[in-house]
Amino acid sequence: MATALSLSHLGSLMRGVRSVDEVGADERAASLAKRSIKKSSKLWALDLAVRCMDLTTLEGSDTPGKVAALCAKGIRPKPGDSTIPSVAAICIYPARVADAKQNLRGSTVRVASVATAFPSGQSFASIKVAEAKEAVAAGADEVDMVIDRGAFLSGDHEKVYDEIVAVKEACGPANLKVILETGELGTYDSVRRASVLAMAAGADFIKTSTGKMQPAATLPASLVMMEAIRDFVRETGRPVGFKAAGGIRTSKQAIAYLVVLYETLGAEWMTPERFRLGASTLLNDVLMQIEKERTGVYQSGDYFTID
Amino acid sequence: MAKLANGRVDVRKTYKLFIGGEFVRSESGRAYRFDGSVNVPRGSRKDLRDAVRSARGAVSGWAGRTAMNRGQILYRAAEMLDGRRVQFVELLGSSRAANKEVDDAVEALVWYAGWTDKLAQVIGGTNPVSGPYFNFTIPEPTGVVGIVAPESPALAGLVRRMAPALCGGNAVVVLAPEKDPLPALTLAEVLATSDLPAGVANVLSGFRHELLPWLAAHMDVNAIDVAGCTPDEVAEVEKAAADNVKRVVKHPAGELSPYLITAFMEMKTVWHPVGV
Amino acid sequence: MAIAKRHPADLARQTFDYAPALESTDHVKIEGRYGLFIGGKMVTPHSKKRFPTINPATEQKLAEVVEADEADVDRAVKAADYAFESWSRMAASRRARYLFRISRILQERARELAVVETMDGGKPIKESRDVDIPLAAAHFFYYAGWADKLEWAFPNRKPRPLGVAGQVIPWNFPLLMLAWKIAPALAAGNTVVLKPAETTPLSALLFADICMQAELPPGVVNIVTGGGKTGSLVVTHPDVNKVAFTGSTEVGKLIQRSLAGTGKRLTLELGGKAANIVFDDAPLDQAVEGIVNGIYFNQGHVCCAGSRLLVQESIAEPLLEKLKVRLGTLRLGDPLDKNTDIGAINSKAQLEKIQGLVQSGVEEGAELFQPECKLPERGYWFPPTLFTNVSQSYRIAREEIFGPVLSVLTFRTPAEAVEKANNTPYGLSAGVWTDKGSRILWMAERMRAGVVWANTFNRFDPTSPFGGYKESGFGREGGRHGLLPYVDLV
Repeated sequence: MATALSLSHLGSLMRGVRSVDEVGADERAASLAKRSIKKSSKLWALDLAVRCMDLTTLEGSDTPGKVAALCAKGIRPKPGDSTIPSVAAICIYPARVADAKQNLRGSTVRVASVATAFPSGQSFASIKVAEAKEAVAAGADEVDMVIDRGAFLSGDHEKVYDEIVAVKEACGPANLKVILETGELGTYDSVRRASVLAMAAGADFIKTSTGKMQPAATLPASLVMMEAIRDFVRETGRPVGFKAAGGIRTSKQAIAYLVVLYETLGAEWMTPERFRLGASTLLNDVLMQIEKERTGVYQSGDYFTID
Repeated sequence: MAKLANGRVDVRKTYKLFIGGEFVRSESGRAYRFDGSVNVPRGSRKDLRDAVRSARGAVSGWAGRTAMNRGQILYRAAEMLDGRRVQFVELLGSSRAANKEVDDAVEALVWYAGWTDKLAQVIGGTNPVSGPYFNFTIPEPTGVVGIVAPESPALAGLVRRMAPALCGGNAVVVLAPEKDPLPALTLAEVLATSDLPAGVANVLSGFRHELLPWLAAHMDVNAIDVAGCTPDEVAEVEKAAADNVKRVVKHPAGELSPYLITAFMEMKTVWHPVGV
Repeated sequence: MAIAKRHPADLARQTFDYAPALESTDHVKIEGRYGLFIGGKMVTPHSKKRFPTINPATEQKLAEVVEADEADVDRAVKAADYAFESWSRMAASRRARYLFRISRILQERARELAVVETMDGGKPIKESRDVDIPLAAAHFFYYAGWADKLEWAFPNRKPRPLGVAGQVIPWNFPLLMLAWKIAPALAAGNTVVLKPAETTPLSALLFADICMQAELPPGVVNIVTGGGKTGSLVVTHPDVNKVAFTGSTEVGKLIQRSLAGTGKRLTLELGGKAANIVFDDAPLDQAVEGIVNGIYFNQGHVCCAGSRLLVQESIAEPLLEKLKVRLGTLRLGDPLDKNTDIGAINSKAQLEKIQGLVQSGVEEGAELFQPECKLPERGYWFPPTLFTNVSQSYRIAREEIFGPVLSVLTFRTPAEAVEKANNTPYGLSAGVWTDKGSRILWMAERMRAGVVWANTFNRFDPTSPFGGYKESGFGREGGRHGLLPYVDLV
């Protein structure tokens, strides 16, 4: 549990954040993406990808039926194949938390709810905090909040900080993931600054994106966030998790994120306690890749259930 | 053009406009026969509008490519054109002059392909200003360039105007020769298979007097090459161009020169202090 | 540092072991023995002496090549001389076409060339695939474009070719160095006799095949293999008008001496001991990448390697900590494995040289750091190495090691950094890491080095002139300036 920072501390913390060279960060991410992960290590990575997945549906049209189907998929991604593990969590809107909780009863899959006027964050602070509180009361094990980008981009770091602290408190025992929405922040400098801010305010995870705008998660932005985590852990001793979300559709992408994670944060982060992938269509692609590795034959989507 | 031989019935080509990387008929549905037998799209002002829009959409991507990448693509266009020698020689009349014209067109593409990554070294540079400042000038593409193709030579004349404009990173909208549009429209097929991004080159056939005024007055066209215009047309173009300060380029026909590339480029100068 | 307790099951499964990801070699054909490429074809040599070229990662013999003798070299030079008549008189745009062809074929056969380069020299396949071969192709493409534009290269001058160029290249970037030499020479209208390095002749011999595939007129390019003696024969041949050498400063001086009074034109690209300077406001994580890339890329077999890290004292500790952690993630092993970051040392001789200098570092009092690194049984290997507590006077701070060994020194002010960086007889390259633009330019102005990299390192491009100050040599390769060594400005 993080302790709140005083205002002057916050100011000097923000001013002290190092700049990030864009070209250098892009190049490092690109070179990591070229790693070639094959055979047994590929199967291990794909298995981990499933175990770390926050299987997500965040649509205005979500219904109890849709959520039930997603939960079933999350618990048993491939019916008839018990070697495929359950996903880490189901990620939904607050209104659907109770349904999810019910459907996931007795499984290891957790309930993650978005909150704080997701995805824009453009609402009143009191309402945003209350939303988080009610989501947890309805049964959410984890809360994925969005930071106030308007406040951040206009330099009101204090407001962003205070909101995260308040939501963290409202979460009680639930884990808090803080979404930076890197695609809106403009520079890697800002991504790093927002990461530092979120962690100082008590985030258990920092997360790239809402998935509701382009660009969503990118490898370089994720690298920058992970480097910030690395420095934060070194300074404070408190581990913080990383979640990439939005636009991750293929196994190849998922594995690239795992490589960047491994080579930046190391073996201790290769677990759902410290790493998540927010995705929906990714799951079937991973299942198909696993099957292809096992049988040596390219797969068709017809053979994998869609919920 | 097809001739009946041994009772064979040729599958004749439908000539189309080339806009946004696609071959399309004129939105007006109109056509004209420049020689009495082959139908050719009679491009409209709306086709022109669409072409300029495509070009504008394509410019930042094309200008953002590395110089070498642009050079490789222009070289590929030369590869594609050379591969179709026979077709073009036939199109141009199967004469010795036709052979030379195709050679000249290929040569122009190869020549300008080799300039993309050298122009800055020849025309740009650092300027030794008085004061602790680093100062450099670099050439950048103008943007969307209109090209009024010369009526003759119908292939090489156009290639010699297009290649320098593309070399610099511009996107082009071409008004094909009115009386002999087939080489230009067929050239579009070469461009379409050269890895050139969609919208970077657009080719419109039609009546000069219908299309030229719209091109000349278009507020989103940055420059216009009037190689194919009569002196009267040039005067009209210059007048219309003034409305958005379009650059009007009047280089002599036939020469290969890096100054033809710079005619479609802007010079940007940057200052930065030098200090600890 | 407190870390939450991990479940044992999770712990056991955490290590991400990348399985072997070998680049396939079955599409590559290496002959058992090679002749010499003279007059447009592979010919039987006069010399009876042959020597093996081996794969330094496995010590296995790859092929046998010729130790060309005086008669062979003479034959090659005569072929080049004969070809010069028609090549230099040919319409420039026709010369260009041949160079464009070569460039495109290099692109088409890229994978084959990369595999051969890795097997013969020991560098990781991801480097030969992503850096060496693409740059070599790009170099030919760039200079092809100059061939018929020479009158625009130098104001008020009509450049004329010199004749036959004798070129001797090193083993660290075999095909790329070949491209750097041959492309501008041919573009300017010269013909060449090139001798690849003793330990890496294969990509040059493959290039000979490419010349034949491109139907390059016979004699325009000639390749003679051999060691130092053959190289000496090439550069001192009376009918060679221009000599280009890339290699050690020691041999460069020998060549310069032996050419004295002959009137031959000469360019030299020699050794270096580059300073990579990191200021306290540098983007640290990217600086770490730049440092690593600067000295461990190609196992440090790079003339412009950033082999001296000059770090501002106020930031030395955090930087070094990050650097040491980063060294631990470098993967050393089979160069043909796509995930390998550090390949084999090129030869036993080079390995011994590195070991000797590292030993001297320890003896002189520097502090050695090496991450845990499993070295393969066979082959020549050296782990990435870092020395702290280094004094300017130590051998490891003064002499070129040409291996994966970084010496770390500190400084307090920009002026001191400049002084230390320039305090060397070498002057090939330098790196500057800072967030401040004006400081980059201020430092660049003061570096006595031919190439200054700011917030990056080891970046090469055919358009960018490369070459040294002082004992790192003279003459430039790449860019418009790269034409100068190969022409007479009339």
